[in-house]
Amino acid sequence: MKAQHLKIKEYCKISNNRVLLNDQLLYEDQGSDFTTFIKLAYKKMNTNYPKFFKMDDLSKLGFLASDILLKPMTQDSEISKNIALVFSNSASSLQTDRKHQESIMDQENYFPSPAVFVYTLPNICLGEISIKHRLYSENSFFIFNHFNAKYLHDYASSLIESEKADEVLCGWINCDVEDYEAFLYLVSKEGSIEHNKEEIIKLYTTK
Amino acid sequence: MSDLKQELKEKIITQLNLEDIAIEEIADNDPLFGDGLGLDSIDALELIVMLDKDYGIKLTDPKEGKKIFESIEVMANYIAEHRTK
Repeated sequence: MKAQHLKIKEYCKISNNRVLLNDQLLYEDQGSDFTTFIKLAYKKMNTNYPKFFKMDDLSKLGFLASDILLKPMTQDSEISKNIALVFSNSASSLQTDRKHQESIMDQENYFPSPAVFVYTLPNICLGEISIKHRLYSENSFFIFNHFNAKYLHDYASSLIESEKADEVLCGWINCDVEDYEAFLYLVSKEGSIEHNKEEIIKLYTTK
Repeated sequence: MSDLKQELKEKIITQLNLEDIAIEEIADNDPLFGDGLGLDSIDALELIVMLDKDYGIKLTDPKEGKKIFESIEVMANYIAEHRTK
């Protein structure tokens, strides 16, 4: 394994009813709840993928942020890109877990929904992204108490340096009750931002 | 029977989250899977739950669904014949 000088090529944030690419505002709608906001953002971004509406909120959030970063790289090519996915959050799939739990609480009214149950794991989101962008790459979803820049940095660096991936899309997507947040960035051999812990924290914390 | 077909179209659009599909766009004999509405295997399981929850019909063999969920027309006929609620 050889150490390489890696960069952050691009980053995307979705939070507080705003969608940003490299801190450029792509879409904002302050008057809507999450369901309406993410649907309108999906339409604004021209994300033509009807299965989006079947996803749970966590997958919608991760899918849309990923699509903004990956679409320019994958839409014109039939060749699969070796882009690994390394995501993290603190709430896992808790919001969907609760929804599933509610459907199985009453033995007299026991009708669990298969469409809800399939999203009771956070890494299902990675599958949705891999299907859309034809990725057959490494993927991992970690649960941390807080955003863990060092772990993400070390893991992404290791994947590229060991030639398991050419690039790594990584970051944080969290969704629980009315609180949601996506911060994804693309680690590459090209780019203008240094890939180190300090820069990752700076990008994550800049509002 | 036409009321039941209308009801099924509404339920399918709502419960299967078929955004951008209107009731008028679903013909009674359109295939629900494959080239029709493009439903998938999870949708099939969701329809099995709907039959149980809303119409009291329990399908013990998921393979039965393949025939029953061929179209709205076939589904409505089956429900009308077997419903317990």
